[in-house]
Amino acid sequence: MGAYVLRRIGQMIPTLAGVMLLIFVLFNAVGGDPALVLAGKITNKEQIENIRKQLGVDQPYHVQLGYFAFEVATGFTCTWRSFTEKPDAAKAPANADLKAGPKADPKADPKAATKAASPSGCQAVRSWSTNEEVPKILMTRIGPTLTIMIPVLVLETIIAIFLAIGVAYVRGTLTDRMIMMICTVAMSISFLVYIIVAQYYFGFKWGVFPVQGWSDNFWKNVVTYAPLPVMLAIFVGLAPALRLYRSFFLDEINNDYVRTARAKGLSENTVLLKHVMRNALIPIITNVGIAIPSLFVGSFLLESFFSIPGLGREILVAVNRSDFPVIKAATVYLAMITMIINLLVDVAYKAIDPRVTFK
Amino acid sequence: MSAVLTSPPTPRHQASPGLWTLAWRRLKRDKIGMVALVVVAFFLLLMIGSYTGLIAKNWAKEVGVSYANPSFMAGAENLEAAQAATKDTGAKVPFVDLSDIDPLAPKYAEWEKRTAEIKITDTPRADTLLFGGDKWGRDVIQKAIKGAETSIFVGLVAALLATFIGTVLGGLSGYMGGKTGDFLEWFYNVFTSIPYILLILAFAAVFKRGIDTIIFILAFTGWTGIYRLVRAEYIKHASREYVKAAQAIGATHTRRMFVHILPNVSHVCLVQLSSHVVQFIKAEVILSFLGLGVPVDSVSWGTMLAEAQSELVIGKWWQLVAASVSMALLVTAFSMLTDSLRDALDPKIK
Repeated sequence: MGAYVLRRIGQMIPTLAGVMLLIFVLFNAVGGDPALVLAGKITNKEQIENIRKQLGVDQPYHVQLGYFAFEVATGFTCTWRSFTEKPDAAKAPANADLKAGPKADPKADPKAATKAASPSGCQAVRSWSTNEEVPKILMTRIGPTLTIMIPVLVLETIIAIFLAIGVAYVRGTLTDRMIMMICTVAMSISFLVYIIVAQYYFGFKWGVFPVQGWSDNFWKNVVTYAPLPVMLAIFVGLAPALRLYRSFFLDEINNDYVRTARAKGLSENTVLLKHVMRNALIPIITNVGIAIPSLFVGSFLLESFFSIPGLGREILVAVNRSDFPVIKAATVYLAMITMIINLLVDVAYKAIDPRVTFK
Repeated sequence: MSAVLTSPPTPRHQASPGLWTLAWRRLKRDKIGMVALVVVAFFLLLMIGSYTGLIAKNWAKEVGVSYANPSFMAGAENLEAAQAATKDTGAKVPFVDLSDIDPLAPKYAEWEKRTAEIKITDTPRADTLLFGGDKWGRDVIQKAIKGAETSIFVGLVAALLATFIGTVLGGLSGYMGGKTGDFLEWFYNVFTSIPYILLILAFAAVFKRGIDTIIFILAFTGWTGIYRLVRAEYIKHASREYVKAAQAIGATHTRRMFVHILPNVSHVCLVQLSSHVVQFIKAEVILSFLGLGVPVDSVSWGTMLAEAQSELVIGKWWQLVAASVSMALLVTAFSMLTDSLRDALDPKIK
């Protein structure tokens, strides 16, 4: 087990280096001269040269790559220092420049405030458009994203499992085929259409929920602003999840142990809910595990439609502004999170399924 | 003697039907699959027709009034068009003599004369269009057809490219193994460790907008799933007897990979191609909606939805319905076709 984890961590290093290389090639080599993006309409050669010097893009590529690796590392040290430093240093106007209060998660809040000050002269890479420290931007945006995405994942999985059992129970009947048909049609409509229509009816026309918005209060967000996007995400995610989970249940239903259970005289309910369920849960959990890393990216569509100051929206804004440091940092850090979560899921898998052995 | 001559000829050896013949037979029996195939073929014909200019050639022409009503609800009021009409006649502004202070005053006479020389022909604009018009009075149906052309073209070409990349890399990795395999596995791991959406957005941030760019982005980020499956197939096949036999008669690696093994895994590629077309059409619509997809001067289902968002608030629903229904129809048909293909091409079923 320990050896397995160590080996997996060892495999992560070349992968991470590859991710950084890919991002570097993409943004520093392919992605045009950032000075021209930044300078906008300035055509003064000297000024452009100055910007290039400031960004370090006048250096040869291997030096730039070194800078990039350094930037990634400082992101960690700055974040780490902000955790360890005493909060009294955080008197500086921390979040004054943030438009929307990103303090959805009360736990994340003091950390964000502390980090803003960084009195120890920690030089994290800064956003090109807002001049904020990039690690700080990312940390403050992750709260709202998780406020939306965690309920989505939990509720969607539970609802989909129970619907899938129901459909598997009536397998092969007209009801089953109708539901599967509806799922296929529902999946073919663009997510955009669902959002536009739901926002129009629930928000604009009937006023059940606010059309969009976010506040500084965690509970207010959960009660007022989150329900509509969460419901939408569940509704859209349900059809593919239901189809998949149904196939997992049907894979199990034809096994010998099910016949044995029935032959013992167990009721169909017990067979389905106890015997089949336990085995079908294994692929379901794998599937949920795969979905966990995407929690952090969030649904950038939902976030931008509903003005939720989350990571997805931040990345989208950065893409539109050609704010390369933000995109680069988000990609590298999220790739790290993805790798770590995948490892944790694989380890947790062992706890669920005793047949799993680590190779 | 004669009996021998007239006896029926002995039945010749019948070639046993191959995978594709069997699959086609199974697909023909699958009613839903055939209906889906017809719908998909219809959309492909639409695409070709619109590409060659046979239909929807005049999609950009402003044939109706602004937000022209669909003809089945001709009676509904159209405030936007009415407003535009009153604007043309010119609002009555009380005349104030500014000639003393207006520095442009001496030029007015000359300008008026020159304006008179230019003839403006007002094209007659229809009050209603078959399924309504957009803000500029363009026919929504023609727009939807043109949008279908863009979206299907992007989805199809990107899926072909992604399948090509995935098959070649997957084949190399699975067949060669060793160092090449390790390197390609590393490459695959790099691409899959970045969340997919983020990968697309990172690519979109760097490249300029355009149809060719979005095809490239979708293909270059979407090959990983195909790679995984094709690699597994190649690993399975590389040690089979027929490949060893090919080696024994001196077939090169390339020949073994692409002439001997590829036909045996091509059904996997075809199913993946089909499911990626669906996935990429959906992705293109979302990217174009966000302004990261097709350029401004072309129309796709995504840009139509982007316009429809603000139109819905003023009660003009037809563009939203046109774009989403045509997209839903194609995507449903394509997904069902994919399912049928998967069943038909499953070599386990005889």
